[in-house]
Amino acid sequence: MSDFLKLEKLTLNYGGPTPAVENLDFSMQASELVALLGPSGCGKTTTMRAIAGLMKPASGTIMLDNRDITRVPANKRGVGLVFQSYALFPHLSVFENVAFGLRLARVSSADIKRRVDAVLASVGLSHLADRQPRELSGGQQQRVALARSIVVEPKLLLLDEPLSNLDARLRLEMRSELSRLQDELGITMIYVTHDQAEALALADRIIVMREGRIEQSGTPEDIYERPVSIFVANFMGFENCFELTGGKLKGIAPAGFETGSAAGIAWRPHAVLLGQGAHKGTVVGASYLGQVVEYLLSTPLGDIKAEALASAPRHGMGEEIAFDLPQAGAVLLARR
Amino acid sequence: MRFAGNTLLTLVLIFLIGPFVIICIAGLSGGETLAFPPQGLSLRWVQRVFEIESFRSAFWLSISLAIGSTLLALILGIPAAYALDRYNPPMAETIRNIVTAPIIVPGIIVGLALLRHLVVPLGIPITLALIIGHTALLVPYAVRVVSASLINLRTDVEEAAVMLGATRLQSFFKVVLPNIRSGILAAFIIGFITSFNQVPISLFLTGPGITTLPIGMMFYMEFNFDPSVAALSGLLAIMSLAIVMLAEKLLGLSRYV
Repeated sequence: MSDFLKLEKLTLNYGGPTPAVENLDFSMQASELVALLGPSGCGKTTTMRAIAGLMKPASGTIMLDNRDITRVPANKRGVGLVFQSYALFPHLSVFENVAFGLRLARVSSADIKRRVDAVLASVGLSHLADRQPRELSGGQQQRVALARSIVVEPKLLLLDEPLSNLDARLRLEMRSELSRLQDELGITMIYVTHDQAEALALADRIIVMREGRIEQSGTPEDIYERPVSIFVANFMGFENCFELTGGKLKGIAPAGFETGSAAGIAWRPHAVLLGQGAHKGTVVGASYLGQVVEYLLSTPLGDIKAEALASAPRHGMGEEIAFDLPQAGAVLLARR
Repeated sequence: MRFAGNTLLTLVLIFLIGPFVIICIAGLSGGETLAFPPQGLSLRWVQRVFEIESFRSAFWLSISLAIGSTLLALILGIPAAYALDRYNPPMAETIRNIVTAPIIVPGIIVGLALLRHLVVPLGIPITLALIIGHTALLVPYAVRVVSASLINLRTDVEEAAVMLGATRLQSFFKVVLPNIRSGILAAFIIGFITSFNQVPISLFLTGPGITTLPIGMMFYMEFNFDPSVAALSGLLAIMSLAIVMLAEKLLGLSRYV
């Protein structure tokens, strides 16, 4: 089976001294949902704009459905884009916003009515068809933007941080709704985000980007459990990352296990054992997180974040406690 | 303090509206000369306005000139404003300043320059010369006012249209224009009134037999000192007011300007 979308040696440049994206290669299958994940400035949005056709690549090719679209104008690519700001047309009603693409395609008005009604029903907005965009809440505007993009049945749908302007509860709701729509419609989607939880929850595959290059690509499990670098580990919630030099942890040798040629080693806060072990640290911070309490320890190794069950006896500020960094919870990182 | 504020407000209002009221009343005079307070009230000078042939032809020239040159200024100014705002061309600031120059340079100089260096050497007919002069005067207003409403329209809305299959041109006509409609209307009204009341440039560019209304009124007053000019001024003021009120009624202008 050939790749549905394929980027080859894609280099994107805003005219600065270094390209925003350099020699990017990746491919995805039809009906896959891929998340482009990374901090701001990593080139994920730039990559998305290039796939959309809103930005010309300096070099490289983009193939979509066995067709070279590198030079195809944005409006002829069959690619949909949901903007972070929603970008609804302020002068048109919800119905007309959604109908916009169909009207351009000269679909008959009976078909427009049928298709717009259907898509509005599927995002639960049938009752708001006659409203103006400014009368809607953020979540409703988000749904209109989504409906507007899927009604024209794009081959590929790009979503640019679609949930970042919503509050936490709405974000969860929209996340499961996106998931449902993707299952129902089987649209191939690229989801751009800086939120690792969103990427983990939605994506079939995650591509972590850093400074215009792909840092790691894999299933959510791969990325979450087996990060390849200190950068990815930090991004995926390994709060305790250490560089290794010659297989040794700075100052202290990791107690009794093989690090091989790894460049780094990392523990999540819950993997750190408190109250026993060879290391000692002073509590300099404690945050109650509901189920657990997260402690910040000042230690000779540097700052360590550790979690303990909230039901366990609490440690006070300034208290010196022993802790262990066990092999069981450790992840070895191949690169910095 | 409150009393002082109210007094000041009243004085400002009198200062703003006073001349208008005086002109209107003077135009309703029953006497033979322009005077305030008028000698008796009558509509004879209002009636007289419509009988003066030079006023009638000048009125229609002024109206057509105002509409024509404002439309031309918009056709030139809207793309200019769009390009300045969206493409941020090199020297955008310089271009903006040059575009604004006709507002800063006194009209009398613009008129003289147009006459000496464009109209006379090229033998341009009077009507065309007037259209050129007025359009040049109005382009800055069009660019300024349209720019202001373009700034409020985010560029990603246009990109959204493109992603839904629109060409750049379609996205301009279907998304940009409808959203800056009120700015365009405001520019049209400002342009229309500016052109209609324009004296210094027109002074140089009008010629025998072809004259705009304000110039016609000036010449008329040099030879006839009767209240008909006041009556006409009152009528014009009412016309301007009616245009603005109609626009307000139709499009809720005050929401945007």
